[in-house]
Amino acid sequence: MNEHILVVFPHPDDEAFGVAGTIAQLTNRGVPVTYICLTLGEMGRNMGIPPFTTRESLPEIRKSELDQACKAVGITDLRRFGYRDKTVEFEDRDILAARILEVVEELKPSRIITFYPGYSVHPDHEATAEAVVHALSLLPENSRPELHCVAFARNTEEGIGKPDIVNDVSDVFDRKMDCIKAHKSQTDWLIKAIEQDPAMYEWAKKERFWVYKF
Amino acid sequence: MQPILIEHVQPVIEQFFGEDVYLHLETTNGAYANHNNEKVLTVNAYIRNGKVNFDSGKITGPGPYRVGLKIELGWIYAEGLTHWELDSSGRLLLAGHDAEGKLAVALQISRNPFE
Ligand SMILES: [Zn+2]
Repeated sequence: MNEHILVVFPHPDDEAFGVAGTIAQLTNRGVPVTYICLTLGEMGRNMGIPPFTTRESLPEIRKSELDQACKAVGITDLRRFGYRDKTVEFEDRDILAARILEVVEELKPSRIITFYPGYSVHPDHEATAEAVVHALSLLPENSRPELHCVAFARNTEEGIGKPDIVNDVSDVFDRKMDCIKAHKSQTDWLIKAIEQDPAMYEWAKKERFWVYKF
Repeated sequence: MQPILIEHVQPVIEQFFGEDVYLHLETTNGAYANHNNEKVLTVNAYIRNGKVNFDSGKITGPGPYRVGLKIELGWIYAEGLTHWELDSSGRLLLAGHDAEGKLAVALQISRNPFE
């Protein structure tokens, strides 16, 4: 099987903090990465002081921010699924899973990265994770790609233990920061935290994944 | 967006009196409110493209501001509004931003459906 990574998240910027370094390392090695982003993040709350955007103009900003973020980490295949922020859990899960499955069958990725169902806090994250798990469960075991999940709920370690993979991304940290900075309308606080808080900086240099067991 | 001035916003509200218009009304403390502080309830609500018709309504308060619009059988209400804009599509956008610049409430009126 050729290496090809498929990343599935609901919001532009979901890839930035937890996964961008891993993606940059992969694309550095020439591994293609496809990113399915389900929404435009149109319900984001950061409007700035003084406000630089509105509820109605934010989606356009976030769209171009995501384009830039993809460029920063070498993603050349971005697929926007056109759902609306905060509504993914109310969509028909089977239809969403079928759309994801279609891409999986087209690309035959060796690994898929998404959130860990039950441990990813935001309802859109949970719905995305569940749809990915459901999609993969429809595949025969021997053709199922590995599923690496991001989890950050407070009770993560109690529930699913320590991460199976802790990936050091120091070597591509600048590119990870470029990705985070590309989403500057929403990540101002995060950029400051990483630059000013040494503990946060250390945390950001490692990316943590839990391998999903079907 | 600009800081609200009642004398600027009230006449714009009145331009929409007596017409079928589309409403976006939202309040939010963020999807991570409870994740960030266990004592806080995550509370978010919105209606997008509700079709409404109001023939009276006011913006009031010392700032932040309140808006009440009277519809046939009830009310549209928002509190905590700080900024406004009449955008290039002729939509009235009112929003309340908290001390960190995050949107906490929005009340928007448009003659055409919001995207
Ligand atoms: Zn998200």
